[in-house]
Amino acid sequence: MAVLSQVARRTLTGWGRTNATNADVVAVANHEVAAALGAAGGRGVLVRGLGRSYGDSAQNSGGLVLQLEGSAHEAVLDEAAGTITVPAGVSLDDLLRRIVPRGWFVPVTPGTRFVTMGGAIASDVHGKGHHLTGSFGNHVRSLRLLLADGTVADVAPHRRADLFWATIGGMGLTGVILDVTFALLPIETSRMTVDTTRLPDLDAVFAAMEEGDADYRYSVAWIDPVGRGRHLGRSVLGRGDHATLAQLSPREQRDPLAYGPKVLATLPPLQLPVGLINRTTINAFNEVWFRKAPRHREGEVQTIATFWHPLDMVGGWNRLYGAKGMVQYQFVVPFGQEGAIRAVLERLTEGGASSFLSVLKRFGPGNPAPLSFPREGWTLAVDLPVAIHGIAELLHGLDRIVLDAGGRHYLTKDGHTTPAAIAQGYPRLEEWKAVRRTVDPQGMWQSDQSRRLGLTD
Amino acid sequence: MDNALHEPQTIVLLGGTSDIGLAIVRELLSPTTRVVVLACRDTAKGEVAAAGLRRDGLTVDVVEFDGATPATHQAVMDGIAARHGDLDVVILAYALLGSGQATSRDMAEAVEVAHVNFTGAVASLVAAGNVLRAQRHGSIVVLSSVAGERVRGANAVYGATKAGLDGFAQGLGDELAEDGVHMLVVRPGFVRSAMTEGLPAAPFATTPEAVATAAVKGLRGRRRTVWVPGLLRFVFMALRHTPGPVWRRLPLG
Repeated sequence: MAVLSQVARRTLTGWGRTNATNADVVAVANHEVAAALGAAGGRGVLVRGLGRSYGDSAQNSGGLVLQLEGSAHEAVLDEAAGTITVPAGVSLDDLLRRIVPRGWFVPVTPGTRFVTMGGAIASDVHGKGHHLTGSFGNHVRSLRLLLADGTVADVAPHRRADLFWATIGGMGLTGVILDVTFALLPIETSRMTVDTTRLPDLDAVFAAMEEGDADYRYSVAWIDPVGRGRHLGRSVLGRGDHATLAQLSPREQRDPLAYGPKVLATLPPLQLPVGLINRTTINAFNEVWFRKAPRHREGEVQTIATFWHPLDMVGGWNRLYGAKGMVQYQFVVPFGQEGAIRAVLERLTEGGASSFLSVLKRFGPGNPAPLSFPREGWTLAVDLPVAIHGIAELLHGLDRIVLDAGGRHYLTKDGHTTPAAIAQGYPRLEEWKAVRRTVDPQGMWQSDQSRRLGLTD
Repeated sequence: MDNALHEPQTIVLLGGTSDIGLAIVRELLSPTTRVVVLACRDTAKGEVAAAGLRRDGLTVDVVEFDGATPATHQAVMDGIAARHGDLDVVILAYALLGSGQATSRDMAEAVEVAHVNFTGAVASLVAAGNVLRAQRHGSIVVLSSVAGERVRGANAVYGATKAGLDGFAQGLGDELAEDGVHMLVVRPGFVRSAMTEGLPAAPFATTPEAVATAAVKGLRGRRRTVWVPGLLRFVFMALRHTPGPVWRRLPLG
């Protein structure tokens, strides 16, 4: 078959550029997927999107890895219903370039637009709006899923609901998502209106978010890791909504839906033996970032790219972490467990483990998907260079704080937790496994992460 | 599967009662480790070692394995993989020391040392290589020795087997690298352990713990060779080129 002659052996890593493994990789169109499964050996098959999960979620050592082709031009927009049907291999970047100028926005975007639609569902991605509108899966109307037996299932919240929800946040382990139909958000302009507030410590952040989040569609706090002692958790809280036409300047009003995000610079694909991101540079960057934020500013108009995807302006920024790479540690703890957030931040500052980017967010209620990460509570995400001395002990210590607080870890970010930690954090794991077994009794779908964490046992 | 912090989940020790091997296992243990397999001839002794490693969340299996029966090695290795899934680190730590110069005169002992240390070890590496090649990740740690760097009359058979093993491991490692498998050759000097009990220590003598620390550092850094202590690399660089008449008279223990 023509497709399989294109198979190439490649070394793959996640966005954190840790634990590289080797797989047979092939790009296929949706109609070629069923045939490609014929090349699967005992190490199974996995679909990889744009490789933005941080750990080993999108790797399949010794197995077959499919990359789905697809273009936003194939997307079918139903303006009357306010929905769109998109091939799973299409990137959010492509899709936004197509829909924003027409006055539509995606219901949820993560912190990067370089994810595929399939990946967004497999991870059930969340964004700054979770407290009001939930994660991506909440907005999906239906999916077409190619199963291990080669048949295609059309699943929806009211049609094979168990398989639908097992696929939302299911890390690509239930089948190949071919295309997805989801609800869009109508927008008047391509700008955001943003209120920014500088907060002196962690208690002030908790209080401000508890009181005010309901008034904003989007809300997230950037925590300054330099803050310690009584300054621990000092933050810049950024909250906003889509700007209305009336909120734009006369100049902006001439082209209210203009959208053309740019990558300002791309780092060369060089392997830096030692990362440029270390305690000194992290502290310097964050000190400046904190100081340059206004004490309080309302109604600032920003572009979508600035508000949502600031890191995308630097292509390949993950290479700054050097040869050893980085981990992003993200967890959620229920409301009432604010002490766990404080304990984690204290551990990080004591351990000299400054994070380049630390983000705190209030989650609203979770959805019915058994493996979906978000649940009601506080989520904290920190980026850490693996080169930090003693990082393994540090992270295992943080795991205990998180699990003791009834929290859990985000599989899409995970590269280091254990099967036991995931089983404890996701009490419905066995239910998910049971659904998975009914559609994949032979274990066709596998990943490095699924083997590491015993998801596909 | 190693995690993002280079912590292995499954560790196999061939020569499951070896002091150095067990020290490497202990150095590798973390909350991430799920399985340790001690493969050894004397399973009763293996059980004692296993008892010292067991803790919550960690399975320690003792498997009967004999370096002297190379024909069984693939089946043993496949059995371990079938039971425990992907193997992250395989440590080859068994060897017979022989009895110094006497081994070179004792046909039976010379053949036995050569058979276990070389033929057996080659078979073990082939077996481990086949499993790791299929999963396309994982590491093999081979305990070589400086004794193989330049073979001495005082332990010619042992030294020669280590020279042969060291060479095979490097060659196999180059081949396995294309499949994402990492081979680390560890060359310790004289190590104070059960194997060398009663022998006078040579210069630069070291301990199983020091060998373990260096080996694990080498694993994390994906190094190809590690000398313990590190200085021996330069000592042997000089010794390799020492003229024979001088070399024979050196007080190397």
